Amino acid sequence: MAFKIIVCAKQVPDTNEIRINPETGTLIRDGVPSILNNDDANALEEALRIKDKYDDVVVTVVSMGPPQATDMLFECVAMGADDAILISDRAVGGSDTWATSNAVVAGIKRYVKDNGEYDLIFAGRQAIDGDTAQVGPQIAEKLDIPQVTYVEEFKMDDDRKNITVKRKMEDGYELIKIQTPCMLTAIKELNEPRYMNMKGIFAEDKDIKTWNADDIDVDRTTVGLKASPTNVFRSFTPKPKGKGIIVEGDCNKDQATNLLIALKGKHII
Amino acid sequence: MSEKFADYKNIWVYAEQRNGKLMNVALELIGEACRLAEEIGKGTEVCTLLVGNSIDDLAQECFDYGSNKVYMIQDPLLQRYTTDGYTKVIVDAVHKYKPSIVLFGATHIGRDLAPRVAARLDTGLTADCTHLNISVKHYIEYAEANTTLNTSTLDANDPDKGLKMTRPAFGGNLMATIVCKNTRPQMSTVRPGVMQKRDKVEGSKGELITVDYKLSADDIHIEILEVVKSTKELVSLIDADIICSGGRGLGDASGFELIKKFADKVGGVVGSSRAAVDAGWIDQSHQVGQTGTTVKPNIYFACGISGAIQHLAGMQTSDIIVAINRDPDAPIFEVADYGIVGDLYKVIPEIIANWDNAEALFDASSK
Ligand SMILES: Cc1cc2nc3c(=O)[nH]c(=O)nc-3n(C[C@H](O)[C@H](O)[C@H](O)COP(=O)(O)OP(=O)(O)OC[C@H]3O[C@@H](n4cnc5c(N)ncnc54)[C@H](O)[C@@H]3O)c2cc1C
Ligand SMILES: Nc1ncnc2c1ncn2[C@@H]1O[C@H](COP(=O)(O)O)[C@@H](O)[C@H]1O
Repeated sequence: MAFKIIVCAKQVPDTNEIRINPETGTLIRDGVPSILNNDDANALEEALRIKDKYDDVVVTVVSMGPPQATDMLFECVAMGADDAILISDRAVGGSDTWATSNAVVAGIKRYVKDNGEYDLIFAGRQAIDGDTAQVGPQIAEKLDIPQVTYVEEFKMDDDRKNITVKRKMEDGYELIKIQTPCMLTAIKELNEPRYMNMKGIFAEDKDIKTWNADDIDVDRTTVGLKASPTNVFRSFTPKPKGKGIIVEGDCNKDQATNLLIALKGKHII
Repeated sequence: MSEKFADYKNIWVYAEQRNGKLMNVALELIGEACRLAEEIGKGTEVCTLLVGNSIDDLAQECFDYGSNKVYMIQDPLLQRYTTDGYTKVIVDAVHKYKPSIVLFGATHIGRDLAPRVAARLDTGLTADCTHLNISVKHYIEYAEANTTLNTSTLDANDPDKGLKMTRPAFGGNLMATIVCKNTRPQMSTVRPGVMQKRDKVEGSKGELITVDYKLSADDIHIEILEVVKSTKELVSLIDADIICSGGRGLGDASGFELIKKFADKVGGVVGSSRAAVDAGWIDQSHQVGQTGTTVKPNIYFACGISGAIQHLAGMQTSDIIVAINRDPDAPIFEVADYGIVGDLYKVIPEIIANWDNAEALFDASSK
């Protein structure tokens, strides 16, 4: 029986490219490229490495997002995923992490109905737009499977049941044993994601499906903006810190001593 | 709304401990909870939740830092942190005692545990907060001092006492204040290093409650084979008064020798940008920023750092920022209190050479 891996991936704006409109204080998102979330690329890469190793592995990417997220799913397929599912419906728009995980879990349950039980789920540790790192664990909770987050090294025995991972901590790591099925969240230390390849790009048998709220049979009172327990009260940009002074000086020594004089004069040192 | 949640009171701090030692962020959160409890008023108590094994002595420490009550759960199965074990006992305790607010430190463990707890409680969770408020009045004061928010749509007399949780999003480009109106408890993880702990008052009194719980080995689905501490020294960026940070502008790994010399001279700690970490010049534990540590030293020296938004997100609330960069247009100068345009390899040695002389230089200059 095939070994089935689900990868949860999100399309995100490249936050490196986002600028603030100084007049209105709002985000300028025009022209900002949308990308496959960084950690999710690591999640997919690890799944593809398992696929490289064994013949019978099927990697399916699941994402919830607007219709244009199919672009990102094409990218995932071009990297080597077998197929991809986009959960897209107005009803799920504006979801917070609780509601997002409900929608993704409903999608995974539909996947199970069609394909049978999965063996392993990978997610990214966090998405760079919200940086919450909550959706992975919340999917795991609602599927009632164990999790390990911050995975920086992954090894699976040939029985394909027992997994050993290194979980990164602030001051080292933990070596953890876990069995499939489980949820692992990837960080950038885990691997170096591969590039897309031509074979992947032109593979015709690969399938990108779009499912709406009815397709996944989700309880509509558990998804979308209204159902979300958290809501944005206000949003704003930080106050730009006033530009300070440039310390002048005829030579580097003068610059340095003028700096020290200024710091001393203000009782900073 | 207040009717519906009448049962939910008090502020809980999940006091993370590792190896029987409290994490600093736990004490910071107790301090913050004391502040919030005052904002709520009416006998709101600051309660600490301690989970582990053989950690009796930690309760007193929580009292000493301002906690009114300690809820204690101890079991050999809780000796080490596991998502399964800790989630189970915490969720049961929350069901039983019904806190209105539960705060976690946004550590690697807090960010593993809190989402799982929140999902099982079917309540909201706000990640990685950097500021908390209760009353609209205080929120307005905060917003006016620190943000570009137009506060004219807010009413300082609004009786709303929901928790207002402010956090950065989009890599620090945007801040959002999140509320959790319709479910309880209101939960958030809070960044280490941003809240103030209280001064320790030794021998403070408080109430210790031993919580009943149910837990068996079957509840835990992972096995921790080994906990490995890195041999490298721990970098205490969070507590540093002075930080000397180097970026890609150092050119190569040996540049950190100069930064280290600089830090030693001024009594500071070495920090870095992510670019320097990615280049392999220095360990990630030194990284400041959105995906590194958030710091708030008295003086932050940014040397050869351009000032990308993700870097600024972790250091722009430093008291004084000094930037040394060759490029006069580098964005770091937009946030620097003092900027020096020049080659760091020429400027820093001069600062080092003259540091001990600052007093005399100042006296001479003011004559
Ligand atoms: C999701 C995400 C998270 C991130 N998180 C972080 C984070 O936590 N922390 C972080 O720092 N970055 C983070 N980044 C990266 C960030 O966007 C920048 O790429 C990084 O901060 C740049 O580092 P830098 O300033 O050292 O390098 P550069 O941007 O290359 O700047 C080098 C600077 O050095 C100056 N310079 C060169 N030579 C000299 C010299 N001899 N003397 C003086 N000046 C000199 C140059 O003028 C230039 O301004 C993140 C990025 C992403 C996408
Ligand atoms: N809309 C989504 N669709 C699929 N997966 C998601 C979605 N949002 C988040 N995830 C997954 O959950 C991880 C953590 O996201 P976040 O909690 O938003 O930081 C991401 O790296 C993804 O793997």
